[in-house]
Amino acid sequence: MRSPSWIRAAKWAALLLVLAVALLFPAFESDPATVNIAVFTVMYVGLATAWNIMGGYTGYVSLGHAAFFGFGAYAFGLVLAHLGIQAGYEPFLFVPIAGVLTVVLALVIGWIALRTRAATFVIVTIAMMFMVQLLAENLVGLTGGGSGLSFPVPPWSGDFFDTPFYYAMLVMAIVSLLLSWWIRRSKFGLGLLAIRDDEDKALAVGVPAHAYKLTAFVISAGLVGMIGAVYGYYVTYIYPQYAIDPLVGISLVLMVFLGGLGTLWGPVLGAVILEPAQLWLAYNFGASLLYLVFYAAVFLVVILLLPRGIIPSVGDLLKRIAARRAVGPSDTASTSDTHAVAGVQSP
Amino acid sequence: MTLILEAVVFGVLTGGVYALMASGLTLIFGVMRIINVGHGALVILGAYLSFALLRSAHIDPFLSLIVTMPAMFALGVVLQLVFIRPLKEDREALSVLVTYALALGIEGLLGFLFSDNLVQLTAWYETASFAVFGFHIAYVYVFGFALCIAILAGIFLMLYRTTFGSAVRATMLNRTAAQLVGVNVDRVSAIAFGIGVSTAAAGGVIFGMTNAFNPGSHYDLISRLLTIIVLGGLGSLRGAVIAAVGMLIIEDVTAVVISPVWASFAFFLLLVIVLVVRPQGLYGIRVRERI
Amino acid sequence: MTLLEVQSLSKRFGGVTAVDACSLSLDLGSITGLIGPNGSGKTTVFNLITGFLAKDAGDVRFKGQSIAGFGPNRIYGLGIGRTFQLARIFPRLTALENMLVPVRRSGFRALVSRGQWNDERSRAMDMLAAMDIASVAGLLGGSLSYGQRKLLELAAVMMAQPQLVLLDEPAGGVNPALIERIGEHIRELNRQGVTFLLVEHNMPFVMGLCQKIVVLHRGAVLAEGTPADVRGNAAVLDAYLGS
Repeated sequence: MRSPSWIRAAKWAALLLVLAVALLFPAFESDPATVNIAVFTVMYVGLATAWNIMGGYTGYVSLGHAAFFGFGAYAFGLVLAHLGIQAGYEPFLFVPIAGVLTVVLALVIGWIALRTRAATFVIVTIAMMFMVQLLAENLVGLTGGGSGLSFPVPPWSGDFFDTPFYYAMLVMAIVSLLLSWWIRRSKFGLGLLAIRDDEDKALAVGVPAHAYKLTAFVISAGLVGMIGAVYGYYVTYIYPQYAIDPLVGISLVLMVFLGGLGTLWGPVLGAVILEPAQLWLAYNFGASLLYLVFYAAVFLVVILLLPRGIIPSVGDLLKRIAARRAVGPSDTASTSDTHAVAGVQSP
Repeated sequence: MTLILEAVVFGVLTGGVYALMASGLTLIFGVMRIINVGHGALVILGAYLSFALLRSAHIDPFLSLIVTMPAMFALGVVLQLVFIRPLKEDREALSVLVTYALALGIEGLLGFLFSDNLVQLTAWYETASFAVFGFHIAYVYVFGFALCIAILAGIFLMLYRTTFGSAVRATMLNRTAAQLVGVNVDRVSAIAFGIGVSTAAAGGVIFGMTNAFNPGSHYDLISRLLTIIVLGGLGSLRGAVIAAVGMLIIEDVTAVVISPVWASFAFFLLLVIVLVVRPQGLYGIRVRERI
Repeated sequence: MTLLEVQSLSKRFGGVTAVDACSLSLDLGSITGLIGPNGSGKTTVFNLITGFLAKDAGDVRFKGQSIAGFGPNRIYGLGIGRTFQLARIFPRLTALENMLVPVRRSGFRALVSRGQWNDERSRAMDMLAAMDIASVAGLLGGSLSYGQRKLLELAAVMMAQPQLVLLDEPAGGVNPALIERIGEHIRELNRQGVTFLLVEHNMPFVMGLCQKIVVLHRGAVLAEGTPADVRGNAAVLDAYLGS
């Protein structure tokens, strides 16, 4: 069932083009305000892709991933402070430590939250997020509480400042995508998709559902934690209510739903569309909170009109066109073929 | 010791409000199997409606419920028709997102209309208090508690003593079976959503008189309400009431014994402990669908 | 040789005793039918054996080893497969992917191995061909007909080569021609050495297929023996007609 060679060639060309644009972007665009938007967009590409490994493949919707994002930022800041790392490029080497610490937290949270399913799981992840936020506020000796935690400030000039962070976020996004792609085609990934479809049935055919879900949860959280670490260093000062922001947690979920839940490129597409829009709304209407109304409106339109996301919907459309062409004028397609295509279309 | 006793009494009184708000939420879940993440925002909306009536027409907040509860009921029915009913596939996940979006929209709208400064509902009984066993209780807590009990009793009577209540309970038990025996499930859902939202209006008034609030207060509120309904067992009204009162007592006692900053943490910690021991909550049935 | 032994197994739901000190044993290479009126506890016995429910009392032994308390996935790994009452397959995976889910890759190897190895693929295709549904390999499970789902579910369960397969109503809801085919597949697999325990309401089907029949009534074993024995048993008739 492989695609024709020209389609695969086109896919590779598109992939290389996207990669080239992503890599060369700061060379063409020198306006710091634009690069700043790019940093956040690429950050959300990574976040949404990482979230999709859990939420998309297993169908367990976590609304609490902001906890891992903020935890990663705090863990990174504390690691840098305790090891006495100087500002500059060196801190980036320590980002994986933040990832490992986030993984440890995710193991604990996941072990508890994954005792529940469906609706209860969603709620438990929300509660866990507020717990982590409360800890960040209350453990003043460690986190600085409400007065925040500071990072070493890199010595880069204003024009150049965003560029290293852009590439750091890009590396994280690519790592997330590679992992997501790898998992999608592994036995493990097939097990996750089986859990999404019917968890009890998956158990009955030997999928160790609990271990698989926990693994997916931890991988997803670890990536989000590392991205949070880079974010903390980028903004140089973090507060509990901004580092662990419910809005971050819901935004990345919306991006995944917009692009296509459980698809490889859906989260990328969703992030690239929504994050610049969100930033634009925040810049223009941020003071009045009215931007939330616009955001909610976009949100509702997406879910009510495109509940399955852009990529699956467009995919269906293309298949339908292909099917019409196959049966249409020549009418030579065998009945079994048309049956096959029609079968794929129906949800 | 007196302090702890005071905290317990206080916990029961404030627990009543949470019981009321959580009942609306768990009723909505029970009937439609959706989590209304916007419930906290609807409570805050209810509080602001009464605030607007108080500020513009000097209407007593409790009296304003005569207007706001029906209005919120209508709003609930409309929200259900427009945003919840169209969801077909993957309803559970999508409904979370839709109601989250509603919460954001309400937050943004309230922020636009009222700014994000903290406000509070006021009335003569808000500060006046009376003494029992040597400590003072503000009248507002007692009035609020009485109102919650009255509304909760009304809901229970409706559920267990009316034909409509039987239809609601049938839908909660088994949607398909209810449909087969002739229950108009769509109508029941819309009305149940309306009832849930109108209890949010009542909860909002009491919440707004006992707490300062702003449009962003809904996050704190919804995280507590969701924790309560999970603890009580999703869809169980009895569980929600008991969990609400129990949680608020624990929270208030923690505030006295340890520190107020850890009060909410104790709240969530209890959730973790309960989940480890009994993932289905106090009264919930373990969800093992389709076996 | 006894492959599976259920020893005075009990399960209560609240005040209802669904399974009451039920004992039965399956010989290696046999086909056994589990019958009984509605609500007699047949599916509960299945769920207890396969680890979907925790027993209240009793024991389940597979090849002499107690498996009570094991999770469903572990029990499948030991060599006990099962199907569900209304054919359950993964609707958003293709039929071929449905076949590949049951092939085990333990621990870390699951992470690093590809979802579809060529040898697994060809084995899956052979199995689909044996069930006469090779033509739907690329279709999503959700788009298959009910009969195709039944065959796919059986084929998928066989992928990890279980020694014992529990079938919950294999002939339920399908047309007579397909019932015939399903019976043939079961016989063929049995010839290859697979032991079967099946719950079924279609009496001619059970009586024709099974060497031994166990009759369950109110959670307890009412009678057991050859199809002829059971058919002539007065207590069995009472249970079906009387209550």
